[in-house]
Amino acid sequence: MSKEKPAGTGVILVTLFLAGLLEVVPLPEDLNWLRPDWLLLVLMYWVLALPHRVGVLWGFVVGLYHDVLVGTTLGQWALAYSLGAYFMLAAYKRMRVFPALQQTAVVFLLVGSSNLLAYLVQESVGRTYYPPYTILYGTLASAVLWRPVVAALRWVQLRFLVR
Amino acid sequence: MSSSNPTYRLLIALVLAVVLMVLDQRTPWAQPIRYVFGYLTAPAQYLAHLPVDTARFVSRQTQSRGELLEDQERLNRQVLILEQRVQKLAVLEAENTRLRELLNSSASLEGSVLVAEIIGLDPDPNRQEIVINKGAREGVRRGQGVLEAQGLIGQVVEVGPLASRVLLITDASHAMSVQVNRNGVRAILAGTGQGNTLRLLYVPDTADVQQGDLLVSTGLGQLYPRGYPVAEVVSVDHRSGAAFADIVARPKAQIDRASHVLLVESESVESAAVDEGETGQASPDVTEEDGQ
Repeated sequence: MSKEKPAGTGVILVTLFLAGLLEVVPLPEDLNWLRPDWLLLVLMYWVLALPHRVGVLWGFVVGLYHDVLVGTTLGQWALAYSLGAYFMLAAYKRMRVFPALQQTAVVFLLVGSSNLLAYLVQESVGRTYYPPYTILYGTLASAVLWRPVVAALRWVQLRFLVR
Repeated sequence: MSSSNPTYRLLIALVLAVVLMVLDQRTPWAQPIRYVFGYLTAPAQYLAHLPVDTARFVSRQTQSRGELLEDQERLNRQVLILEQRVQKLAVLEAENTRLRELLNSSASLEGSVLVAEIIGLDPDPNRQEIVINKGAREGVRRGQGVLEAQGLIGQVVEVGPLASRVLLITDASHAMSVQVNRNGVRAILAGTGQGNTLRLLYVPDTADVQQGDLLVSTGLGQLYPRGYPVAEVVSVDHRSGAAFADIVARPKAQIDRASHVLLVESESVESAAVDEGETGQASPDVTEEDGQ
């Protein structure tokens, strides 16, 4: 796979843009707690599928994009996503052979740890109001949505020949 | 596969992120990065708002003639009432200007006003912020006050090229100077992080603040224009043993229902621009503001 010429960077960028869109799409107040971390899910998929192309640097830039999108301290999500991409990079060989449930559990841990990091940064600048366990709702939603996201992005990857 | 070790890259990314965070918190040097990314984030924000726009368009298209007539009648009545109030205002304003001239204090001017539409809310429940569809291109500046028809809702904290972010008065990190309209008692009005609750801080137990009192902005702190309604006192709780009264207020503006907002300049910015050089005379207003 790594012998082939890389292609489809534009497709990756479009999927990330759409994920960013979902990140800020208005939801009812109660559902807002369950908003999954779409950008991180999509980023993790591309790390898993193309570890030789998408890695920590992508995580950093996508994180910066998230920072500006939601107006957090510049670097908060860049930090979290760099770490998320790194963990995925370290685990992608195992992830590929894991059964669905185990994959979901790993994603839960990855999203949870990177969101916790972002929460700690936000806490340190005094912009948190609710206790830290509240990030678990979004993390759970992310883990539940991991398999559907994988299915959708796998289709995109095959359809548009991203490699 | 990859030539360089991802662990090194992670370390570089972590260091970069920490440097960025410090720069962003302590200095204005990170603003250009935000501004450039703003070109990429604004399309997502505008697109996310599209369903709302479409729904509004459809409901407008399907309004019946009867409803429109009814609307028109109601608006006509409202215009009449407002016009009558404006007539009185013109006289009062002229009188006020004359009196202020007599007192040698700077005249308060009507500032330029910019109308913007709310295109997004902060997805994070921890933060009370909104995104509006006007940016640096339309002349939005950091620190501008933001109003809704009923009262103040917040201030511009971040200006992008195509959109800006507004920190609401209900955010837990927000506080502003207000006074009771009835008797001029000043206090600090702080957000709580909840959508509809504000708190008056450090008000002595004996201060004359009652339920139903209107709180208006004072213009101290030089961020907000003076004299706009901000909140209404909902409850005053005198607890024995506590040094301060526990006072809860509710924003006058219906922040969760607003769709359009006004951006205004604070008075101090305008008057500073108008009467530069008028430093010799210390008017009562100015000394009071300096004392705060």
